[in-house]
Amino acid sequence: MIASLLAQQPDAVERVVDTVTTGEAVAFWILGPLALAGALGMLFARNAVHSALWLVLTMLSIGVLYMVQQAPFLGFVQIIVYTGAIMMLFLFVLMLVGRDSSDSVVEVLRGQRLAAAVIGVGFAGIVVGSVARALTDVEPVGLAAQNTQNGGNVANIGEALFTDYLFPFELTSALLITAAVGAMVLAFTSRTGQDAKKTQKQLVEERFRGNRPGSLPGPGVFATANSVATPALLPDGSVASESLSELIETTARETLEDDVAEVSGTGHQPDAHALKGESS
Amino acid sequence: MSTAELLADDPLWLSLVKVVGIFAFLVVMTLFMINWERKVVARMQQRPGPNRVGPNGWLQSLADGLKLAFKEDIRPVLADKWVFFLAPVISCIPAFVAFSVIPLGGEVSIFGERTALQLVDLPVGVLVVLACSSLGVYGIVLSGWASGSPYPLLGALRSAAQVISYEIAMGLSIVAVVMHSHSLSTADIVDAQSSGWYFYLLPVSFLIYVTSMVGETNRAPFDLPEAESELVGGFHTEYSSLKFALFFLAEYVNMVTVSALATTLFLGGWRFPFVGDDHILNSGWFGLLWFVVKTLAFLFLFIWLRGTLPRLRYDQFMRLGWKFLVPIALVWFVAVAFARYLRQEFESGSGLDTGTALIVIGAFLVAVLLIAFLLPDKREPHDPDAVPITGGGYPVPPLDLKVPKAPPRRQVQVAELPTAGNQTQEPAAVTAASQKEASDGRV
Repeated sequence: MIASLLAQQPDAVERVVDTVTTGEAVAFWILGPLALAGALGMLFARNAVHSALWLVLTMLSIGVLYMVQQAPFLGFVQIIVYTGAIMMLFLFVLMLVGRDSSDSVVEVLRGQRLAAAVIGVGFAGIVVGSVARALTDVEPVGLAAQNTQNGGNVANIGEALFTDYLFPFELTSALLITAAVGAMVLAFTSRTGQDAKKTQKQLVEERFRGNRPGSLPGPGVFATANSVATPALLPDGSVASESLSELIETTARETLEDDVAEVSGTGHQPDAHALKGESS
Repeated sequence: MSTAELLADDPLWLSLVKVVGIFAFLVVMTLFMINWERKVVARMQQRPGPNRVGPNGWLQSLADGLKLAFKEDIRPVLADKWVFFLAPVISCIPAFVAFSVIPLGGEVSIFGERTALQLVDLPVGVLVVLACSSLGVYGIVLSGWASGSPYPLLGALRSAAQVISYEIAMGLSIVAVVMHSHSLSTADIVDAQSSGWYFYLLPVSFLIYVTSMVGETNRAPFDLPEAESELVGGFHTEYSSLKFALFFLAEYVNMVTVSALATTLFLGGWRFPFVGDDHILNSGWFGLLWFVVKTLAFLFLFIWLRGTLPRLRYDQFMRLGWKFLVPIALVWFVAVAFARYLRQEFESGSGLDTGTALIVIGAFLVAVLLIAFLLPDKREPHDPDAVPITGGGYPVPPLDLKVPKAPPRRQVQVAELPTAGNQTQEPAAVTAASQKEASDGRV
C-alpha cells in the first residue's frame, strides 16, 4: 500500500495540498497508534531489551509516516540510521551488560531530578509551541513540487544540504566527530609503557628466558582422588609445591570440608538411583 | 516512459501477481541454492554430494524442508518467550521486502497490461535494500539474546558488530555508483548502464561491494556469527523446526538479494551486453533470463568462496573492514567525484584545459611520492639476545639449545628372542621387573 502510494508520486503534482487522501488517512490511523504504543511500551516495559524493541517499533512507524508524507529519503534514512545503527548499538550495549542485570537506583548526579523535570517541561513547551505555530501560522506548501522538479526528492535534499545548510551540516558532523574522538580517548589504553598488555610474542620470550619454559605440573587429580586440591607427588614421594594452587591454598579450610570429606571417602556418596530422580 | 511511470498505473491484481511471483522466485531460488551449494561444494571436494532424493538428488532440499517442518519445536527454559518467537520472523520479512525494488526485467506485457518486471520503483530504491539489511540484523541479534545461552549471545554480538561495520563499507561503495547514475532508483541505475557496466567503470566499488556483501550475509569466510567450530551454530543454536527453517530461508534469500543488487548496480541488471537497447535480446522477457543468469553467477561466487577459503579470525575480519575497505572506499569515491568534476569542466570548456589538469594531477602524485619517500621505514628493533622464533609466531625451542648429555644407562639384561641364527638359551631367572623393562625396549 505504502509502496503504491510512493510509486504514484509523479501523479501527485496537481494534488490539492490541504486534503488528506484515503490512503494517507488509513496509513496514519494504523501507524500513529503503533508509534504511540511503542512509546508507551518503551516506558513501561520491565526488561531493558523489550524497552529498546518498543522504541524500534516507534522509530519504524515514524519512518513509514515520513514515507507516506512524500519524504521517502528521510523515511529510509530514519530507518537505516536510527533503527539500524543507533538502536542496534543500544541493543549491543544491553547485551554486553547482561540480561539479568538491573538498573542502579543510586543517583550519582546531584539535583538530577529537578534538572530533568525543568528541562523536560521546557522541551515539552518548545515542542508544543512549534507544533502549534506550524498548525496555525504556517501555510503548508506541500512537497509535490520539490519531489518532481529539479531532479526530485533526493537531489533537492542534497542541494539544500550542500548549499544553504552547509554550515549547520558541517557543525553537526564536527559534533559527531568530537563525540567519537572523546569516546576513543576515554576508552584508550596505552600499548606502550608500564601497564601495556604483553603480546603473545613477548610472553613466549619471557617464558623461554625464565627457568621454566614448560607448564607447571598439574595437580594429582585421579592419582588418589579427583579433587584439584590434591598435590602432585615427586618421585621420592614428597609434595611438588609447584603443583599447588595458590587459590586453593589460601582458602579457609572450613569452606573445603565437603571436598575433604569426599576425598577421604567419609562424605555423602551418590545414590545408585540418583539419576532416576527418585528420592529413595 | 520511465519505469516509475510504467509501474504507477499497475492495477492491484498485477501488483499481487508480482508479489506472489517474487515470493515464489525467492523460495524456489532458496531450495535450488541449498542443493546447488551442496553439489558444487561436493564436487570441489571430490565426492558425489546429495544424489538420492529425486532425479540426481535435486529434490533433497525439498525433503529436508519437509523434515524440518515436522520436527519438534523446542523452546529453552531460559528463553525470552516473545522475542524468541519474534526473532526468526524479523530476520525473514526484510529479506523478502528488499527484493521488491530489484528490477527483474524491462518492459513486458502481462495479460495485456504494459508494465515493468519490478514490483515498485522508488526514488530511493537502493536505500530500501540497505534499510532492509539493517533490519534483518535485528533477527540475528534478538535470536541470540532471547535464547538465553552463551553461544548464541556471542554469535549475536559478533553479528551486530560485523553487519554494522560492513554496512558502512557497502554504503560507501554504492556512493560512486549513485554519483555516476545520478539516481538512487534501481531502475534508473540499470538504465544508466546501457552505455557501460559499472563493474569495469568503477572496479574498486565493485570489489568493495562484493567483499562486503559476503560479510553482510554471514557467509564463509566471514561466517563468524555462526562459526560451527567455535560457537556450535552461533545465533541459531537453540532453534529448531520451523523457526530454524525461517533463519535458513532468510540467510539464502539475503544471499539472493545482495547478488541481485550486485547485478543491478554493477552488471547492468537485466541488460544483455554488446547489443543496443532496442535489440531483440534486450526486449521483453529476455531481460529476466539475463538477470537470473547474472545473479546465479554471484551465487556461484558465494559457493566458490565457501569451498575455498578458511574462516577469518575475528580481529582479522574487523581489520579488513575498518582499516582496509572503509578507507579505500572513502578515497575512491572522492577520486571519482574529482574525476567527474574534471570531466564536467572539460565538457563545458570553461577555464580548465588538459594541460592544467595534468599538471595538477602530476603535482599531487609527486607530493604523494615525496611523502612516501620521506616517511621513515618502520624497522623491527633487532635484539641480539632474542629467543629465535619462527616467522609464524609459534614458539620453538632455542636453536642453540644444548642437549644435556644423557646419563649412562644401566645395562639391562635383555631377553633375546629365539631366532634361526641365534639359538642361545637365555637364563631362566629373569625378574619380573627386568622383564617389564626389556619389553619396553626391544619388542
